[in-house]
Amino acid sequence: MEIDLAFIWAGLIAVAVLAYVILDGFDLGVGILFPFYPEEHDRNLMMNSIAPVWDGNETWLVLGGGGLLAVFPLAYATIMPALYAPLIAMLLALIFRGVAFEFRWRTKRGKFLWDWAFAGGSLVATFAQGVALGALVQGIKVENRAYAGGWWDWLTPFSLLTGAALVVGYALLGSTWLVMKTAGDIQAKARLQARLTGIGTLGLIGAVSLWTPFQNLVYLERWFAWPAMLYSGIVPVLVLLCAFLLFTGLAGKRDYVPFLASLGIFVLCYIGIGISFYPYMVPPSLTIWDAAAPDDSLGFLLVGTVFLLPMILGYTAYAYWVFRGKVDPDEGYH
Amino acid sequence: MFETLDATMLARIQFAFTVSFHIVFPAFSIGLASYLAVLEGLWLWKKDEAYLKVFNYWKIIFAVTFGMGVVSGIVMSYQFGTNWSVFSDKAGPVIGPLMGYEVLTAFFLEAGFLGVMLFGLKRVGPKLHFMATLMVAIGTLMSAFWILSVNSWMHTPAGYAINDVGQYVPADWWAIVFNPSFPYRLVHMVLAAYLTTAFVVGAVGAWHVLKDDGRDRGARIMFSMALWMAALVSPLQILAGDFHGLNTLEHQPAKVAAMEGHYDTHAGAPLILFGLPDDEAEVMRYAVEVPKLGSLILTHSWDGEVKGLKEWPKEDRPPAEIVFWSFRIMVAIGFAMLGVGLWSLYRRWRGGLYDDKWLARAAVIMGPSGFVAVLAGWITTEVGRQPYTIYGLLRTADSVSPLEAPAVASSLIAFIIVYFAVFGAGVFYLLRLMRRKPDIGFDDEDIGPTRTAGITPAPAVDADRVMNPAE
Repeated sequence: MEIDLAFIWAGLIAVAVLAYVILDGFDLGVGILFPFYPEEHDRNLMMNSIAPVWDGNETWLVLGGGGLLAVFPLAYATIMPALYAPLIAMLLALIFRGVAFEFRWRTKRGKFLWDWAFAGGSLVATFAQGVALGALVQGIKVENRAYAGGWWDWLTPFSLLTGAALVVGYALLGSTWLVMKTAGDIQAKARLQARLTGIGTLGLIGAVSLWTPFQNLVYLERWFAWPAMLYSGIVPVLVLLCAFLLFTGLAGKRDYVPFLASLGIFVLCYIGIGISFYPYMVPPSLTIWDAAAPDDSLGFLLVGTVFLLPMILGYTAYAYWVFRGKVDPDEGYH
Repeated sequence: MFETLDATMLARIQFAFTVSFHIVFPAFSIGLASYLAVLEGLWLWKKDEAYLKVFNYWKIIFAVTFGMGVVSGIVMSYQFGTNWSVFSDKAGPVIGPLMGYEVLTAFFLEAGFLGVMLFGLKRVGPKLHFMATLMVAIGTLMSAFWILSVNSWMHTPAGYAINDVGQYVPADWWAIVFNPSFPYRLVHMVLAAYLTTAFVVGAVGAWHVLKDDGRDRGARIMFSMALWMAALVSPLQILAGDFHGLNTLEHQPAKVAAMEGHYDTHAGAPLILFGLPDDEAEVMRYAVEVPKLGSLILTHSWDGEVKGLKEWPKEDRPPAEIVFWSFRIMVAIGFAMLGVGLWSLYRRWRGGLYDDKWLARAAVIMGPSGFVAVLAGWITTEVGRQPYTIYGLLRTADSVSPLEAPAVASSLIAFIIVYFAVFGAGVFYLLRLMRRKPDIGFDDEDIGPTRTAGITPAPAVDADRVMNPAE
């Protein structure tokens, strides 16, 4: 049997993007919630809770982008120009919030500026990612191996909805992260926010899910045709299960359950998108195999990836293990 | 000028702008990572705490620089797709995997060893910590290896085939990675990174030597080590540059003609020291030249033939007006670096290395010179490669995304504003860190939560507290 390298790579890229979404998702979420915590002490604690891990989280984004160029150059070459404005906005926003981690400790007078850069950067980057996702779901027109649409095609009510949905969803991840990592007043506040954003996230997932099948008939068939519905129907059921765990976890004061349940909701939504997309890489124009680089390229990079990716994953897990438990409020920086 | 500002020109300006900002950070961090490894090695070997103090001094500066390198690097990994989509589609199968390896190695080292290097000394002990520092240094060099391989392939493409949809596809990976200009470019750039760092370190050392008459031990160490680098590496770099130039003459003779400012082909060509190239009229105005020296340098013969730009049709030539000058700036800085190096050797021989105020002042002034030289060198090689993105194969005008000018123009303006604001602040904070006296070092307040992934302590810099956050 011949090994289908393109299929393997589609899986690897999907894993990298998922890793990015759930990892950077919660630290972007903490940034989105930042303005709701005006106290200096609370803000330092929030920063401390994500400081050790945010940079590693964000590197998955580089792997997603760089990996796409390496193994699906045609997808890279059509998605990037199609999503030009939201992607540039995302990059600029990530610069602001990335340097804020460092710079807010380098100045006293200017600290508030970098706090704003952190919160604003997180919000804009998240919204831009959500809009980009929505625009991809809508579909990208490709002719003669090039993007064939206009420069504002990404801007539709649907993509604005997905943008808003991701902001609320990341805020849910951020708030449940804070529930897990903090105690006392800040945790109580985060718990309330988790309830609100949890309800908001579920509502928006419902809205996006009902709207998505009408973006493209293929999606509709994928979800509602018999007997495929038997399998695809499992996903919403599991989402409801995670939602149940989220709210009972918040009520029952088991502090890690809400975060894991929120991650579960994200993973399931991601799988849902995967069900809609497959076998397309750039719906409705390019399949995985249309977009793939030749096997020589796929094989060359796969050798190193098979060796390095487990090491990266192992190390990431270890780093999270080292920093498990609550962030101690008495051990602030200064 | 404005009639040439179409979408392609705007995309070129944008790429040049974002990559120029980006290259400054890696050029510094490649050299600094190696310098940190040397400092820690000296500390372990000589058991002299002064080296550890200098190590800690530069470690924090390294962390800030590395952070800015990361965020400006994320932009680069998306610029190819947003602004150069046709190029990405065509060249992706060849250069994509090389860039993939760059991400994987950088990623791996970032996640694995940087955290240990920055905060793990008490935790893992000096020997393991030294290994982590070495791995970071090796990692930055590996990053340079892959990126320069990609860049060199675009200058001297090899080992490729063309498939039925017009993509360049790999035929021989060895030939692709080790393409003809790669070894020269790699050596030239790594030495440039080392020199850049040496002159920054030297300037900081010299500044503090001047301020308290050389009483600060850490400042003396920085000053002396940096000047050893200047004395030893500048001549090597000039030699490497010469070899690189000869390699360019073999593969990209039009670029060399533009660098030298020759419009006409000569046997026994002069070396034009200065002049004003005029691409429109195809003449060098106000030229100051040394007869026959150009041929001697390029062909190692008094009467060797050096091709002029007129050998190529106008649409195939690089703009000499830019390349001629950027090349001269780079070379002038190279010789100025050599001069400072020789001056320091003379002072070591006659004594009074730390007493020569003018040497220290020269070192302060030369502090940023490496960055200028690196940028001038990259402008020379990249503008000199025009009008191609993949030399001889794919034209720049045919590489660009199907974008409208307003889209590129607005993103360009946004990049300019954001970069100047953000990295301007970053450089300001870096300079403030460098103002600290080396012997006093940093207190906790200065250090802050430097966390660039990995085992970076959230609560404090004290490793013991980090290990047991629950305690």
